[in-house]
Parts: sequence; structure tokens; C-alpha cells
Amino acid sequence: MAFLKKSTIWIAYLLALLVLPQFFNSILAISIYNQMAIAIVFALSYNMLLGQGGMLSFGHAVYFGLGGFLAVHTLIMIEFETVYFSIIFIPLVGGVIGLLAAIFIGSFSTHKAGTVFAMISLGIGELIAASSLIFVSFFGGEAGVSGDRTFGPPLFGVEFLQDVEIYYLAAGWVFIATVFMYLFTQTPAGRMANAVRDNPERAEFIGYSARRVRFISFCAAGFFAGIAGGLFALNYEFITEENLNAATSGRVLLMAYIGGLGYFIGPIVGAVILTLMNSLLSNYSELWMLYLGILFLLTVMFLPRGFAGFIMMHQVAWIRGKLHTLFIPYLLTGIPALILILSCVALLEMSHIEEEVLHYLGLELNPATLLTWVITIVIASASLFAIRLTLPRLRAAWEAANAIPDSEDG
Amino acid sequence: MLDVFIFATLNGLVTGLLLFMLASGLTLIFSMMGVLNFAHASFYMLGAYFAYSISLYFGFWTGLIFAPLIVGVLGAFVERYGLRRVHQAGHVAELVFTFGLAFLIEEAVQFFWGPGTKNYQQPELLDFPLFTLFGQEFPAYRGFMIGISITIFIGLYYLLTRSRIGIIIQAAITHPKTVANLGHNVPLIFMGVFGVGTALAGVAGVIAGPVLTTFPGMAVVLGSIVFVIVVIGGLGSLAGAFIASLLIGLLQSYAIASDVGVPDLLNLLGLEFARDHPLTDLWTMTLPQIAPILPFLLLVLVLIFRPTGLLGKREQ
Repeated sequence: MAFLKKSTIWIAYLLALLVLPQFFNSILAISIYNQMAIAIVFALSYNMLLGQGGMLSFGHAVYFGLGGFLAVHTLIMIEFETVYFSIIFIPLVGGVIGLLAAIFIGSFSTHKAGTVFAMISLGIGELIAASSLIFVSFFGGEAGVSGDRTFGPPLFGVEFLQDVEIYYLAAGWVFIATVFMYLFTQTPAGRMANAVRDNPERAEFIGYSARRVRFISFCAAGFFAGIAGGLFALNYEFITEENLNAATSGRVLLMAYIGGLGYFIGPIVGAVILTLMNSLLSNYSELWMLYLGILFLLTVMFLPRGFAGFIMMHQVAWIRGKLHTLFIPYLLTGIPALILILSCVALLEMSHIEEEVLHYLGLELNPATLLTWVITIVIASASLFAIRLTLPRLRAAWEAANAIPDSEDG
Repeated sequence: MLDVFIFATLNGLVTGLLLFMLASGLTLIFSMMGVLNFAHASFYMLGAYFAYSISLYFGFWTGLIFAPLIVGVLGAFVERYGLRRVHQAGHVAELVFTFGLAFLIEEAVQFFWGPGTKNYQQPELLDFPLFTLFGQEFPAYRGFMIGISITIFIGLYYLLTRSRIGIIIQAAITHPKTVANLGHNVPLIFMGVFGVGTALAGVAGVIAGPVLTTFPGMAVVLGSIVFVIVVIGGLGSLAGAFIASLLIGLLQSYAIASDVGVPDLLNLLGLEFARDHPLTDLWTMTLPQIAPILPFLLLVLVLIFRPTGLLGKREQ
């Protein structure tokens, strides 16, 4: 039964991946899906380090980028017929390169977790990003290198001219990579990674080398990051130094953290949220990076287990069948909270805008008049007041729903 | 040759002292709370930007006094309402928090001051050559930078080792519980140290802004190097941070001023390689070219061969 239940989730996941382009099939939507596919694999591989292995890395983009660069170079080789195989295997090329880089770097960096590991990863990330600007013939300098994915042998007549064809290819790889990364968590190596994260000393006492356990996770993470890099190369057909520098490493940290580190599904959630923010919000606002920063800090402070953790918090209430009692308190606090967020966004946008009027939620706000500001601030303060008023009720409902029924062992 | 060497030394000294002004605050904060503050260089950037805005109305000298104060208050505020809250979730969460803060401050700076470079100028009072050597001028402002850094360090040294508050701080670093039992408010001390540390970074920003240009990327440029210094010197060691700061400052300065590279080495050995080889970048590499990566190379080497840093304590 348990097996059946688990495989249902996976089949649903595969179906969702396959059906997605049928609902929204504009060029923009397909390009967003492709970005999501890349981000999901990348964020999941990052979670193998931080979430499962307890290794905070500030240089995970190195494996993504190196895999991507080699993938583009392989595309060029296919173009000049130095090698000849279908481009569906390009992500594997990226993965192998990511793995090789991780074996080399992991051989000396996994000695310690914590701050030392974080600092080594930062140093190596900066080192490789800076060297990529020096070794121009391989990394292409600031312009990067570009290839063409259409020269390989067609697969059943598909030549990968269109993005949607790349989407199905990427979806296949995302599914395979997700399955394998999930299976990894079930292996002894994956279980030991959790043990070493929580208490390395104890793991050593029962006979496991903490360093070797970290090394295995590290290599696996490098491999899957390389696959993500290969997918990136296939989708965009070019790659630059930007894809292996600290900004990309930071972005994957944000994705995994906002999604929720402790849960396997967390990074997938984070990758979807951040890709949507990146591609949709950036059309509407120049300030989206500021919002992203605020969202990230708020997540770290108030939802340390991310969005997935927030959803999983309701498990107890769900099992007790009391989830419905939370619905109205959530609504009462949630609506003012939404209004507060929207009015704060309006204030930020109004102080930033250069045009005469701000088109916002169907309204036309005029930043030049004082009245607009006063009204927005009044709305914001009123909703803040409403939140403070309704919060005790939410808290009480939460405690009632999670309260342990009368028993001694609780 | 000698003139190049002397000027490279002086410039390296300026950079090194500036780096130490950041590294000292970072080290103090680390030894107290055990957290590496990723946003430290962001406070340095805020110092430069506040000083720029103040200098537009009240001149450079007012900025020199008030910008660090504002930055210090902001830093204390961050410690009280941000870090202290995250502290319960462990060191990784703290590191991630400061990382997010650095990200947010960079965006906030772009929000308030715009993405462009600011025309933050050094004061006219110091706009003259301090001395001329071998026909090259050494600007007085750089001399002023050296002077102010050294003054602050001497002051800080006496504050930490000779004053009552300094002794309490030192005790709070090693024995926070005992100090709390003696009736001192340890969280308040932490907040104060965090504030002073960030204010020091603010001073560095105020005086470095006119020389290193004031732009939203200035924190990223210096931030990772300051990290390198703190780690190379040994986490928590002020003396180590001082040595590492000067080492990195001088190393980079010499590398940039030098005019040698792999081609010279190959000439010396009488070797020659084809120009169109795939590894041609390796044969044509020069020392000024690789100057930016030297600190990181040093970091990786130190962490591999001496993970505790130059003067770091041995781990338990």
C-alpha cells in the first residue's frame, strides 16, 4: 500500500510536468517552464548540501557553471562533428563535469562543515569566477560562449528547434533527476548525511567517517548541479561567467531557503516561486529584487523552515481533523495582511516612480499629491491595526487545533 | 624600480589599513557571537553613502562624524531585532540571515540612491600632494587615511585593554555566563559591540568612498576580501587580522604594480609555446592580471594546510 501511495505522487508529478504546456502555451510561458525546470534541479541539488548534509555553500554555482560551459563546448564539438551523439545526453555531460569538479574540490573542502566549509566554498567560488575572466579561450570572457543545439542527429524526427521541444526534454531530465535525488535520500549514504548534519561526533562513534559521508553528498550535489547546468546550456545555447559567480550561488541559496530546507519538496517550491517572481514580477516592477530581499529576510526570521515548512506545520491539525477551525481566523488576519503588503508596495513604488501616475491594481495613483500618500498610509496603518486585533484569535485557534488531547504521554 | 616599490608599499599600506578597519569589527563580532557577519561590508557601503549625502549639505567633515554614528545605530538595531531573533535557530541560520541582509542593503541602496556612481569627493582641504618622490606625487588624502586608521586602532587598543568597559567586553567574549552572573547586561554588551563594529566599517566607508568610488557594488568588491582576511588571520584573532590585512593589501598592491608574468618566466627558461594553443591564456598570464584572485588563492591554501588560520587558536 505504501508503495502504491508513493508511486501515485510520482505519477502525478510526471503528469503535471507533461501536461503543463497544454494549459499555458505562449512563448513566455514555455520559457518560464524551462527556467523552472533548470531551477528545480539546481535547487534540489543545493538542498543535498545544505538541507540534507548541513553544508552551507556559497559557491554551488561553480558546478552548475562548469557543467554548463562544458555542455556548450560539447554542442560546438557536435556542430563541427568532432563528436556525434544526440543532444538529449548533453545534461549528462554537464553532470559528469560537475561530478569531476566536485570530486576534486570536495577532496579537500569537506573536511569540516559549518563556517570553515562555507568559507572554502566562498573562496573557491570567487577563485573560479575570477579565473573565468582570465582564461578567455575557454570561458569566452565577459561575452561567454555560445553554441547551437540543432546540429545533433534528430531524435525520432525532433530537431529541437523550438523551446517546447526543449521543455519536454528538460521535463524528462527533471523527472529523472528528482527521482534519483529522492532515492539518494533513502540510501544509507543519504541517511548518514542527515546523521552527520545533526551530530557528526555521534556518527563518528558508530564508525562512519563524517568526512567521507560529506564527500559523497558533495559529489552527488555537484553531479546534479552539473545536470542543471547542461539543461541551461541546452535551453539558452550560451553561457557566461555570470552563471558560475557568487550571484548565481546566492540565488540558489535563496531558492532552497525560501522553499524550505528540511523538506524534499521545499526547493521545488522555492524554485517555482523565485522563477515566477523573476520572470513575472520583473515585468511590472523595477524593485522586484528589493521585494525578493525583503521576502528572504522575513522568511529567515519568521519561517525558518520555508514555505514547505509552513504548509507542513498544519499536519497535526490536519490529522486531528481540525484544519477547518483555522480557516476563518486565517481569513480574518490574512486579508488585512494582504492589504498591508499591497499598500506598502504602493508606497515603495510611488517613491520610486518617475512617471506622472502609477498604474496599480487598476487604480491610478498620483505620487505628486499629498492626499494619495496620506490615504495609502492610513490604509496601511488601519490594516496593521486590524492584524493586531485579530492575531490573538488566530493564535488561540492555532493552539486549540494543535492542543494535545488529554493524555499523559503527549 | 625603487620608486615603484615605495609607492606600491604606501598604497598597499593604505589598502591594508582600510581592510583592517573592516576586519577588526568583523573579528570582534565573530569572537563575541560566533557569527561571521556577511553584511559587514554592506555597512561600509552605507557609511560611504550616508557620508556622501551629508557632505552635499554640510561638507565632508560633518559626514566623517555623523555617518559612522548612523551606521552604528543601524547595526545595533539589526543585532537587537534581527540577529538575536535568528540566533536561536543556530549558526547556519545566522550566516544566512546576514547574507540576506547584505543582499537587501545592496537593493535598498539602489532604491534610495540609484544604481549609478556617486560623485563623492575628498575634501578640498586635503587636495594637495603630501610629498613628491622621484617625480611622483603622494596625495595628502591617502596620508590622512593612514593617519586616521592608525589613530582609531590605537584608541581601540587602549579601550579594549586599559578601560573598564574593554575588560568587561573581553571577559564577555570568553565567559559570557560568568559576566552575566556578575550583574552585567551581556546582551547589551553584544549589541554595543555590534554597533561599534559596524560603525568602524562605516568610518572605513566614509574615508574610502572618495578613493574607491561610491557605487552599489562597492560592498561586494571589498566584502569577500575582508572575509578572506578574517579567515586567513585566524577567526577571532585581532592580531592575525592585522597581519592578514597588511599582507593582502601589500600583496595586491605589489602584484598590480609589478610588470612580470608567465611570458617573462618562459623567456628566462628559454621556452616558447605556440600562440594559438588552447591553453594560450596560461602562457600569456601576467601578475597584474591575476592580482584579484590572489587573496582567494591564499584563502584556499590556508584553509587546506592550516585551517585555523595564521594566528587562530587550535580547535578543541
